Amino acid sequence: MSDIGKYRIKQLSIFSENRPSRLGAVAKVLRDGKINILGFSIAEGAGYGVIRVLVDRPEEARDLLTKEGFVVKFTDVLAIQMEDRPGGLFDLTDQMKDINIEYGYGYRSPPYAVLIIRVEDIDKSIEKLIAGGLHLLDNVAFH
Amino acid sequence: MPKDQLDRLQLKLLKILARRVYDSSPFYHERMREAGMTPQDIRTLADVTKLPFMTKKDLRDGYPDKLFMRDRSELIRYHASSGTTGKPTIVGYTRNDVENWSESLARALTSIGLGKEDVIQVSNTYGLFSGGLGFHYAAEKIGAVVVPASTGNTERQLELIRDLEVTAIAATPSYLMYMGEVAEKMGIDIRRDTKLRSGLLGAEPWSDRMRDRIYETMGVRGFNCFGASELSGPMFLECAEQDGIHFWGDLALVEIIDPDSGEPLGPGQKGEMVVTMLQKEAFPMVRYRMGDITSIMEEPCPCGRAHPRLTRIQGRVDDMIIIRGINVFPSQVEHALMQHRELGNEFQIVVDRKDHMDSMLVRVELRPEAFTDDIVELNELREYISSRLKGVLNVSAKVELVQSGTLPRFEGKAKRVVDRREY
Amino acid sequence: MPLSELKSLQLKELKMLVYKLYTFSPFYRQKMKGKGVTPEDVQTLEDVTKLPFMTKKDLRDGYPDKLFLAHPREVVRYHASSGTTGKPTIMGYTQNDIQNWSESVARGLVSAGIGTDDVLQVSYTYGLFTGGLGLHYAAERIGAAVVPASTGNTERQIDLIRDMGVTAIAATPSYLLHLGEVAEKMGIDIQRDTKLRMGILGAEPWSQRMRDRIQDRLGIKAIDIYGASELSGPLWCECSEQQGIHVWSDLALVEIIDSATGEHVAPGEKGELVITMLQKEALPIIRYRLGDVTTLDEEVCPCGRAHPRIGRIQGRVDDMIIIRGINVFPSQVEHSLMTNPEVGNEFQIVIDRKGALDTMMVRAELRPEAFGDRVFELDAIKDRITHKLRSTLNVGVTVELVEPGSLPRFEGKAKRVVDKRVL
Repeated sequence: MSDIGKYRIKQLSIFSENRPSRLGAVAKVLRDGKINILGFSIAEGAGYGVIRVLVDRPEEARDLLTKEGFVVKFTDVLAIQMEDRPGGLFDLTDQMKDINIEYGYGYRSPPYAVLIIRVEDIDKSIEKLIAGGLHLLDNVAFH
Repeated sequence: MPKDQLDRLQLKLLKILARRVYDSSPFYHERMREAGMTPQDIRTLADVTKLPFMTKKDLRDGYPDKLFMRDRSELIRYHASSGTTGKPTIVGYTRNDVENWSESLARALTSIGLGKEDVIQVSNTYGLFSGGLGFHYAAEKIGAVVVPASTGNTERQLELIRDLEVTAIAATPSYLMYMGEVAEKMGIDIRRDTKLRSGLLGAEPWSDRMRDRIYETMGVRGFNCFGASELSGPMFLECAEQDGIHFWGDLALVEIIDPDSGEPLGPGQKGEMVVTMLQKEAFPMVRYRMGDITSIMEEPCPCGRAHPRLTRIQGRVDDMIIIRGINVFPSQVEHALMQHRELGNEFQIVVDRKDHMDSMLVRVELRPEAFTDDIVELNELREYISSRLKGVLNVSAKVELVQSGTLPRFEGKAKRVVDRREY
Repeated sequence: MPLSELKSLQLKELKMLVYKLYTFSPFYRQKMKGKGVTPEDVQTLEDVTKLPFMTKKDLRDGYPDKLFLAHPREVVRYHASSGTTGKPTIMGYTQNDIQNWSESVARGLVSAGIGTDDVLQVSYTYGLFTGGLGLHYAAERIGAAVVPASTGNTERQIDLIRDMGVTAIAATPSYLLHLGEVAEKMGIDIQRDTKLRMGILGAEPWSQRMRDRIQDRLGIKAIDIYGASELSGPLWCECSEQQGIHVWSDLALVEIIDSATGEHVAPGEKGELVITMLQKEALPIIRYRLGDVTTLDEEVCPCGRAHPRIGRIQGRVDDMIIIRGINVFPSQVEHSLMTNPEVGNEFQIVIDRKGALDTMMVRAELRPEAFGDRVFELDAIKDRITHKLRSTLNVGVTVELVEPGSLPRFEGKAKRVVDKRVL
């Protein structure tokens, strides 16, 4: 089991009220801490939002944000590498069909593209995906 | 009153009624004329079958007061039940109508031993729905203390039951079972910590199994109650024998018919209930087809009352469903959904029972044009439709927006309702 | 009856009341002893000031029925209002109490010009809240027809007003304005298409400006009504002169005090309303501090009635707020929020008026431990908090989760309420 732990990527989830420039405030903390953003999304709730970011130094980012009064949580997500061409996502979906995805977002990182997902049972999912022959990114690639 | 005396009284009242509706109701006069009959044709009780039927449609077509036989200044109350499509059905009452209504239910309460010493919590909805005020007036009439709890705020209802030493509650059976569960969570043992002993339960289908469970878990004896706003409201109840609902013969004449042919069925035979309200003044309620399936019991009741007894309601002749005591027709849902251009024409009603509470989910297809990336907006649309449904149906419904083309299509009669409840 | 005669009647009743309480109410005898008063000390009406005050706290501490004077068997009804913190306040009524309550409102309705030929739609909530049943019984007493609409489903309420020939409506003023707006959207002109000509409006603060707006827009006479569940329910309203609310002297004694000193204010001055209910049996109310700020006018009204009049309610002495006719104390909100581990201790109540309807939003700080990435979990927390607040307060409320530390902190008395309404 210990070897699959490396496929868990630490994502920062930040609670944000719907107030002007809350995103700016988050970005400023990260800039001032010289922290690089690797992946990013915003989810909309009723009257608030959840900002989700992948960064190079998650613990430090969390400490800095917490110090500024933000509510921050770590969430483990998976990063699946895919081909950066038409059909790249489709190639993955057959192996992913038994996996319950809660949310996901993607980014392009030539020569590849990356799909980030939060899944219901992460360890089981990792095993299934690896067994299916997919390439999961090691968290070393991020942190 | 012995059976033959009751029959004679009924015949007398039926003759008076036939004369009254013939003389003062243009609507029913016309019906009788079409049937080629006059009040003189009523000579025996069996002649009741010569009178034409009335249906919910007549009430709907008569909206708001075309069926009323009395001047409006003589009416002291209106109730309304939701109709099968848009308009509600209006029920008017003279002072005597309210009096007879209360009298009917008060007698029933007395027949199960309730009286001045009792504290009755009325947990049926008050307002246009006749349930709340019906029990309220009846309880007041027998001199009991009334706690007009209406619906909602279950924790508080339980505190009141305990602290005000409530002895009887009027509610839907599923709500009482739900209360039992909430009580347990609050650490209240209904049997030990309260004086609640009787439940006046109705307004929705239930079973002897539920009755047993209510008694085992709470020590509350459940009495089956019957009524309908068209008849006035809740009217009739089982007696202490808990075996069949007594229909007071001086107030109502019950028949059971074959719903297809309209022919009368004998005692013990299952069919559609038809009720004639013998003393109703505000509007005619003659041979009204209730849509409920039941049978008249043959044996006289061990309690000694000669008033006819009906068995528990065993179903409906139409597609009406009852959710938390409220009647819902799929046609109403359709009518309400059609007001939203974001929605397609197909829908499905999923009825379920979780923790003893009925839930209703309406699944409807979102038109492709109405889709937006804005989840908050879609959620708002969903909530808006849900609040509109609640407005029309008076019962809360969850809404699920589904992809266009995914709901089952029907050739012929659509099967809109998926009912997963077990009674 | 001239004022002098009314006053001598009041003195007689007051003496009897004090004697009865001193003899039979351990609670009140204790209170009187605490002030060193005996019934003999009440020789003139002015001597009422020697008697101790009663407050909401007394009723709360007396939960459920410690303050009741009547034998339980004499009680025929309970109502309940939400208390300032957890427990509700219970009101008991004897048959006479119900009679006097109905009589008081009935007299008010008659003085405003409502009679047998009227159709009154009661759009106050029915149930434990006294508004609905209070108006219902009064209208029935004067022989008017009642449409027990209760609250909700505004479109249907408007249909009924039009189709049932409703002539008067009892509602909160803001609901009536809302109803007017919805009617307009439905293409119904209240002035042209309905027979509505009077509104019996109260249960929340309103202003002369709102009265003008209602009268102009809807073409109806807007009558101010006052009451409180502790006093029985809605009790007194303006006569057709619309110059103050007549308090029937045979049933109640009015005082206006300086809320800081407890002393009477000079005639015509503004102060806290204090009421003694002269004939209440089940739950006696003596010198009860209502917390409402108003004035007293003892001049004979142009209508000829000598019963003193109180002016429009001009505010509160405490932090109670009134939302859609329901009293809300910030302490209740605090109490309810504290049962949710997911939010902190700071909160803010934002009151606004959207269209004509009051809205209440509670902003609470999410605890960092409760945050967990999933949007649906946060929504579930919010829904849970909302549901708890709704069932405690009995009023619609929305909840906003905010970041910890973002709400204003206070040294000394916290200012929890931001009221943006313009009345």
